[in-house]
Parts: sequence; C-alpha cells; structure tokens
Amino acid sequence: MKIAFLPKEIDNPYEVLVDKGGVNAVTELKGTGKEVGPSDASASSQVSYINTLIQQKQDAIVIAANDPNAVAPALKDAMSKGIAVVTYDSDAAPDARQIFVNQANSEEIGRSEVKMMAEQIGGSGKIAILSATPNATNQNTWIDFMKDELKKPEYKNIELVKVAYGDDDDQKSFQEAQGLLQSIPDLKGIISPTTVGISAAARYLSSSPYKGQVKLTGLGTPNQMREFVKDGTVTEFALWDPVNLGYLAGYAAAALASGQISGEKGEKFTAGKLGEYTIGDKGEIILGPPTKFNKDNIDDYDF
Amino acid sequence: MLGRLLRWESVLIVLCVAVFVAGSASDGFAEQGNISFLLLDYSEVALLAFALLPIVLTGEIDLSVASTLGFCSALTGTLWDAGMSFETIVPIVILAGILLGAVNAVLVVLFGLPSLAVTIGTLGLYRGLAYVLLGDRAVTGFPENYRPLATDAIPGTFLPYATILVLVVGALIAVLVHVTTIGRSLYAIGLGAQTARFSGIRVNRIKFSLYLLSGGLAAIASLIYTLRYNSARADNANGMELVAVAAVLLGGVSIFGGRGTVLGVATALLAMAGLRNVLFLDDVSNEIQNVITGLLLILSVLVPVVFKPRRTKDVPLEPSVVDTERRTGADTGSRLRRDHQGV
Repeated sequence: MKIAFLPKEIDNPYEVLVDKGGVNAVTELKGTGKEVGPSDASASSQVSYINTLIQQKQDAIVIAANDPNAVAPALKDAMSKGIAVVTYDSDAAPDARQIFVNQANSEEIGRSEVKMMAEQIGGSGKIAILSATPNATNQNTWIDFMKDELKKPEYKNIELVKVAYGDDDDQKSFQEAQGLLQSIPDLKGIISPTTVGISAAARYLSSSPYKGQVKLTGLGTPNQMREFVKDGTVTEFALWDPVNLGYLAGYAAAALASGQISGEKGEKFTAGKLGEYTIGDKGEIILGPPTKFNKDNIDDYDF
Repeated sequence: MLGRLLRWESVLIVLCVAVFVAGSASDGFAEQGNISFLLLDYSEVALLAFALLPIVLTGEIDLSVASTLGFCSALTGTLWDAGMSFETIVPIVILAGILLGAVNAVLVVLFGLPSLAVTIGTLGLYRGLAYVLLGDRAVTGFPENYRPLATDAIPGTFLPYATILVLVVGALIAVLVHVTTIGRSLYAIGLGAQTARFSGIRVNRIKFSLYLLSGGLAAIASLIYTLRYNSARADNANGMELVAVAAVLLGGVSIFGGRGTVLGVATALLAMAGLRNVLFLDDVSNEIQNVITGLLLILSVLVPVVFKPRRTKDVPLEPSVVDTERRTGADTGSRLRRDHQGV
C-alpha cells in the first residue's frame, strides 16, 4: 500500500510533524509512506503534486489543502481513479475528499481551557483572556465556548473580567499581558488560546513578581513553553499532538484504501495505538481532547 | 544570424527530446492524462512567455505579467461574486489587463523610464491592488459550462483546449515577429533604438502596443488560470513572471534585445514543462528542481557567450563594448556585422 502526505508547504514545521506521524502509521501497516509538497503555500502549487501522485498510482493521498476549491478538481480526479483522499488541518471542499481528520473540536478546546484554569486557581477568582486579533475566527469560537462553560454552577466563583488582544504579535501580547496584571491587582489567571500570546505572557510572568502567583494556561507548543514550565511560571497548558493527528490520518487513509471503510457516517475503524474511531457528520473524524503538557510529560514532546 | 539561432534551437530540440525520452522511463509519464496535464500546467506560463518575447526582443522587459494575471483573477472573482455574468466579465477583464499594460507603456515609453524599474514597481503595485480587491478571500463556483475549456482535453486526444489557444497565440506571435515588417522592426529596435528611429521605425508606437498586448495576454492567461483552479485569489500565479522570463531566456532570446525566435521559446517551454513533470514523478524535491532549472538557465545564457568569440575573433566582445553599443544605440552596425559572421 502506497500512501502520500501532501502538506501545505514542505517547510511548515507543524505539518512536517503531522506527516511524520502519518508515515509512521503507514510503516506500522507495512505500507510505503512518503511526504511530498511545494515549497510555497500558494493555492495552486499542490495541484501539480496531486497529478503526480495520481500518475504514481498511490493508494491514498493525505492532504492539508492550501485552497479548498483549487485542489478540488484534482482530488476528485484522484478519487475517480480509485485513490482514497483524506484531508487534515485544513479541509478541502467536502465533495473532494472522503474523510477530514479534525485536530480537535472547538467546543472541546474552549471548555477544556476553562477546566484547566479552574483546577489551577482552585475554582475561584478573577481571570482574563489574552487572545489573538479581535476577529480571529478560531479564537473567537473558543472564547464563546469558554464563556458558555463559565456559566456552569461549578465555576460560579470565577469571574472573567477582560478579553485582551495581542494581535498574535509577540511585542503587543507581552505588553497586553503586562497591562492585564497591572490594571487588575487581584487577577488570578490568564488563558491565552494562541501560541504567540501564551509564550509572550509566560515570558513577562517569568521575570515579574507575579511569577507562580498568577496562573497562565492556554494553547502552546512544548518547545516554546518548556523553560516556563520548568521554572514554575506555567503549571499546565494544552495543544493537540500533531504527530497523533498524522498518525490518525494515516490509519484513516489506509482503512479507506483497503476498502475497510468508505467514509460514511457511523463507520468505525481502529487507528493503531489511538484505538477506535467513528466517522462523524460530513466525513469528519475528531482526533480527541487536546494533549495537556506539564512538567511530568513535557520532555516527551519535541515540537 | 539565422544559422546561429538555429544552432541554439537545435540544442533545445535535442534537450526537449531527451527530456521526453528519459521521461518515458518514469512510471506514469507517457500516459494521455499526464501529457495532457503537463501541457495544461504550462498554458499560463506559455501565454506570459509569448507576451514577453516581443518586448524582450526590443531590449525591454515586463516583470509585471504575473501580477497582472493575479489582478485580473482577483477582478474576475470580485465581479463574479457581485453577480455579473461570465460573458460580461471576460471582456471587462481583458480590457483591465490591457489598461494595466497601458500604465506600463506610459511609464516606459512616454516618460522614457527603464522598463526593469517600472515593471518591478508595477509587479508590486498590481499584486497589491489584487489584494485590495479580494484580500485573503477566494472566490469559487465558476460556471461549469466554461470550466472544461480550461481543464479538459479534446475528447479522445491528449490536447487540452487551453493548449490550442496557446498554440494559436504562439502562431500569431510567430507571424508578427518573423513575417511582418513590425517583426523586423522589433529586432532593429533591440539592436539599437536610436538607429531604428532614424530608419523611420515608429519605436514608441511599437513598444507601446507591445505592452498593451502583454497586458491583454496576461488577462487571457488569468481567465484560464481562474477557471482551471476554479478559484480566484489575489495570490494566483505569484512568482510566475520568473518562470516565463526563464522560458524566454532559455529559448535563446537575448536579454539585451535583438535576438530570439518563437520556435526557441516554444521549445524551451515544452522542455521545461516536460522536465518539471519528470522531476515530480521521480519525487525530486522542489529545492533540487529549482537548482536544475537555475543551472539550465545559466547554461542558456553562458553557452552563446562562451562560443561566440571563437566565431568572431576579429570583433572585441568585452561586455563593456556591448554596453557602449547599447548606451549610444548608434553603433549597431558592428553588432549586426558580427551576427552575420556567425552564419
């Protein structure tokens, strides 16, 4: 079985990790996995690669689409020739793929951030959010779910006092974090659901008198947060594991290519060490809850 | 001169044949669908290269062609999004392309500015305007009755409809360049605009029209691109000007003007398209592909320079001499004589 992974851009470190997980999965299944891709993330550059993979008679293509529509005709062509098509990270037009492996559902991300924060501050006190830009789709969806989660009775002593925006700019995020701590003296914690925001806030906290007193959590990568977890600034944060995302996509592609599943809702398949998955609405599979990183496990991850 | 040109073209034809022969060794190369894709994938580049050829022959350049394509694609998307019919959009977009070409023409011809500087400027400007129109959005859902013209091959053959358009445009450019008096004027302008002017050639008018033609062809290329990917975006064909310039230079067209043929450019395009396809099929990484294309390009510029002195011992060929000739534009006689010695 030949399965190819086509990232948005071959130099994108995040997607290279995803594809590594995918190739591992294919190897476990005794197939041949490979990663190919363009060196620019433009809309059309992936199409040449899809054509090549069709000509190479790959059994499955796993792709993170640069443009959901630009790749659609080529992917449909692949499917018409019996090649299984799986998308991850960034979906293609739904009729141009059989399965979309979603890293995590937005609701789960939003709610789990609040749970982590509540655990760290002992269930009461003022908290703030340090987000990306005011109109960032992902972040706003997560923040809505955070607010909804906070309405639950177990969080009645937690008060969300402010949402600040660092515009995913390191400098601005740093200043916003500083501003939050100085303007809200009894602030207990900050949730930053963006990798730029959380690392900038951690950098400020680690050298401020609030270190260890004000809790910080959110979405970050282990490599950028490692030193702050080790020096006690940050207790725990989360992110989905990109290697597992690729691993799941690899298994899904193999299950499709072998005819075990066809991409219909309700079908089940086993994804190696990750266990059993069920295909949901519109051919979507959700990887699962984000992985939590703390001082006990952070050294197991390198991304 | 003709003899020397044909020599370079024969090198290219050999290269082209070699690429396709070597290609057949790769699995999946010599299949109808693949040859069809290979041709289709270079259709926009080919149109841009054919637009560039006459401009480069006059010693000028237009680096804004791919940005013009991008702007026209963004305009197509904006108008389609606004509910305009595709039949109305086509002439508007072609006019817009010609208009962008006219801006280049005014700056280069009327103001006498260096075309390299002007079109590097409009390269950024037109791409920027494309983003002003569409931002990061992508418009899709173009009419399915027109899309096959940009995606399909004529039933039962490997020849895509878009390639036929490219061949027609190539043939028209060939007639313009090699048959008409305007064509001969292009070479004369390239060898020395001043001399050409004194010989009664309407240098400005010709150059002006070439930029309009270039804008128009980029607009046509944008329609193929937009329909082919079913996606209008501001970043469409980003960087394609370099591929088109590479094809023109590899085709044996002198960047200083005055030398080059349509056959050369067409062969270079086919060789590049074939090579790219083969390298893809053999899983050669993008970086290595760029290295190979880059080396080929350097070779194409180097070979004529290295082999020229042998044939023209009596004429000094230091670059400075060539430069002087070009700056004054008066002493083209010696270059013409030199070229003829190669025959």
